[in-house]
Amino acid sequence: MERIPILKMGPVLLVSIQVDMHDQLALTLQDDLTDRIVKTHARGVLIDISSLEVVDSFIGRMLGNIAAMSRVLDAETVVVGMRPAVAITLVELGMSLSGVRTALNVERAMEMLQVANADGAATAGEGLDGAGAH
Amino acid sequence: MALARTEKLPVQTSEDIVKVRQAVRSWAVELGFNLVDQTKIVTAASELARNTVIYGGGGTVELESLLDPKRRGLRLTFADQGAGIANTEQALKDGFTTGNGLGLGLGGAKRLSNEFEIHSQPGAGTTVRITRWT
Repeated sequence: MERIPILKMGPVLLVSIQVDMHDQLALTLQDDLTDRIVKTHARGVLIDISSLEVVDSFIGRMLGNIAAMSRVLDAETVVVGMRPAVAITLVELGMSLSGVRTALNVERAMEMLQVANADGAATAGEGLDGAGAH
Repeated sequence: MALARTEKLPVQTSEDIVKVRQAVRSWAVELGFNLVDQTKIVTAASELARNTVIYGGGGTVELESLLDPKRRGLRLTFADQGAGIANTEQALKDGFTTGNGLGLGLGGAKRLSNEFEIHSQPGAGTTVRITRWT
């Protein structure tokens, strides 16, 4: 099955969306990320959308869902690299992505996630994921 | 106004929505749309294609390039034979949905287009036509 890869770097999960996603692929990513946050005890999620030429209401909703779900699971999500034309279009479409933190580049996003984790900088490894995994 | 070219594509599946986005992008580029206008018409097409799949039970889209002496346009006509919409005015309101989406698709597509027409009757399907000019 087609999937968007999720990379783990310390306490942060990295996702770079490089393809024009069909809706099912976006839903799979949402599920996979929630799963990986729980399994790896990640504290942050960084989603790079700099390759995306279009973010419609479905993808916008997916980003909002990921941000909300990760927050409930004690991880912060930052969306990185939105193209200016995409930002203009999203706002005109009626989506302001109000619950989603954004950064212009990966460096800034990592800084935001480090600040968010400064108090509880526990680096949980993959070895801790036994319980609750399915 | 000369009608230069038309193309009809199926809009049945989630993969078709991606293909519609790609076709609309390539037409918009060919017609000389700037990047923001390309993004707007592609995003509007994506919203309408998804409506055709989810609410219309699948249908078609016709792409037409419009050549004016002073400007060029891209017209998209989405047609389905689905259940139709009883109250199109209500359906255009942001936040209104009979499914589980955000209710931004129709109103958003209208805002992202220069011209917008909708014809629908319960039981007789829905036709939505949008045009964007350079």
